[in-house]
Amino acid sequence: MSANGSTETLVELEHLTKHFDVKQGVFARGTAKVHAVEDVTLQVRRGETLGIVGESGCGKSTTARVMLRLLDVTSGTVRFDGRDITHLSQRALRPLRREMQMVFQDPYASLNPRKSVGQIVGTPFAIHGVKNARSRVQELLERVGLSPEHYNRYPHEFSGGQRQRIGVARALALSPKLIVCDEPVSALDVSIQAQVLNLLRNLQSDFNLTYVFITHDLSVLRQIADRIAVMYLGRVVEIGDSEQIYDAPKHPYTAALLSAVPRTGTDPRQRIVLSGDVPSPIDPPQACVFHPRCPRFHRGHCDVEEPELRDLAPHHAAACHYPLERWPITDEELRQAEGAVREDRPHLEGAAHD
Amino acid sequence: MTSSSGERMLDVRGLTVRFPTSDGIVQAVSDVSFALSRGETLGIVGESGSGKSVSNLAIMGLLNRARTVISGEVEFKGRDLLTLPPDELRKVRGKEIAMVFQDPFACLHPMYRVGAQIAEAFTAHSDAGKHAAWSRAVELLDHVGIPNAKSRARDYPHQFSGGMRQRAMIAMALVHNPDILICDEPTTALDVTVQAQILELIEDVKREFDIGVILVTHDLGVVAETANSVMVMYAGRVMEYGPAAEIFRHPQHPYAWGLLDSMPTIERRLDALVPIEGSPPSLLAPPSGCPFHPRCPYRFEPCATKLPPLKVPADGAHLDACHLPYDKKVELGAQRAKKVAA
Repeated sequence: MSANGSTETLVELEHLTKHFDVKQGVFARGTAKVHAVEDVTLQVRRGETLGIVGESGCGKSTTARVMLRLLDVTSGTVRFDGRDITHLSQRALRPLRREMQMVFQDPYASLNPRKSVGQIVGTPFAIHGVKNARSRVQELLERVGLSPEHYNRYPHEFSGGQRQRIGVARALALSPKLIVCDEPVSALDVSIQAQVLNLLRNLQSDFNLTYVFITHDLSVLRQIADRIAVMYLGRVVEIGDSEQIYDAPKHPYTAALLSAVPRTGTDPRQRIVLSGDVPSPIDPPQACVFHPRCPRFHRGHCDVEEPELRDLAPHHAAACHYPLERWPITDEELRQAEGAVREDRPHLEGAAHD
Repeated sequence: MTSSSGERMLDVRGLTVRFPTSDGIVQAVSDVSFALSRGETLGIVGESGSGKSVSNLAIMGLLNRARTVISGEVEFKGRDLLTLPPDELRKVRGKEIAMVFQDPFACLHPMYRVGAQIAEAFTAHSDAGKHAAWSRAVELLDHVGIPNAKSRARDYPHQFSGGMRQRAMIAMALVHNPDILICDEPTTALDVTVQAQILELIEDVKREFDIGVILVTHDLGVVAETANSVMVMYAGRVMEYGPAAEIFRHPQHPYAWGLLDSMPTIERRLDALVPIEGSPPSLLAPPSGCPFHPRCPYRFEPCATKLPPLKVPADGAHLDACHLPYDKKVELGAQRAKKVAA
């Protein structure tokens, strides 16, 4: 346990930016930059679950990997447990690795098929020189709902849900402070998803864990997150308490995401169907990155000035010039922001009738 | 179009599929019966391994007949597709019954232009020339909402986004104005905002072309929003089958309750999710009696030994395969509804 465990914030990202170089053109002579994460500032508080949600390519996984320093930082700061780890060498990071662990999406790819469960879950103990590994591994297996007799079995003998439990046991092994879960239930069937989500919830309260939970699934996230950051093209466009995000979204993108989730309920509801696809992060749009798809787009403002992430309610911030006044909202209200002059939006023509 | 909406097009009776393997016989699909009418969307839901995809592959004649044992009847326009000779079947497949698969990345050839692949699908069943086929491809790409279809038809698949590729696959399926469109997890590989677009497109296509759609998915939300009727499958068998509104308002089978209750809802945060305990059975040795009985909280004496038949348990109810008396199902269903509302 580190001495400076008193602050409320466990992880702090400040103006974090991560670019990847890609080769382009004939014979890969030109280079371009993928703007994977762009100026992200957020905090993860002790004991909470911060959900990061967004569509593929929005930078949610990259953010998590930079947070754990599995990737180097282009610019900005990462602080873990009060300590600046932005530029620590891998060697200097080693002792910190016990305190930050990860659970991966695909339980088939993330477990070595040639190693027994005992070896897989015991590896963290071996690396960090912990004695008595066998009995501790068996305790862990029991804790995640497997049986100690599974110690000598191999991953192929387990179902998807059981494999994910093995991945969770491995992450828990060294009693970490932070566990980053990257789409941990996306590969599982719905009846098994619920088992793993319940397990993660119980472990959190038992071990006082802090989770960063990455997913594209808003229904799953509602069941586990205390706070949520919505990402789009490498930026956090909205962040706030979970209830606020679901019950009173401010950013039109969040609203579109929420309204696109298919539901089994019979109540009619507002559906915002966005036109087009997510633009390329190699050449993101100017100013507000969402403006080419935004139903509230205002020419001369949204495509000129980049909106800052600003507080719109207690514990709730969004980066939008024309945040939603209410939710649910009618189509007309959505397109006509209060206090703004409506202009022709030729880029949306045709899309409205799709 | 001369045909009228509501006309019965496909009748599947007692479809059974067995895969003999070195480990034993995989009982992938057992005694599945359903029907599809023009203008109807049938949602087939189930978890992985429930037999929902294999049923459709069998209907399409896409299973290797030498390595598969298929029995039952698949009646389409007065003919049994299961006994049709391969060259006759080839005329139906892709022309009268078309299919859209889950992964549009794997289904398009990376080295051919998108337009050329759609044109090829057209010439496969017609004598049209190259130019006619190309313009048909462009016409359909335009129809499914690809902007600048004329120039985009010359693109290669990697120049398309995931959503556009799935649109292209739908365009390809439509080249011959099919009667039935089978969509196997058409939106599973797509982001949620793109999923909404594709589901809307399938709905539009169904209306415009006046066809029947079979939508295979594991996502109950998708089914609730698009299907007219729903078939719930488990371990290769039909557990419950009826009008969509009925299935979601008054589900009758404990497995359907379990599925609905374990689904995380976006409406609110639940104190605890209610998973179905255990995991789905191996189809090499499915449980005796009702395949769901080892996981069923309401199992009683006959469940382990006797297979419940798929039948309508009472007037006004829909088909299910469960031994519980109907009164009991209504009572438990009402309790469940109360719990969900609380």
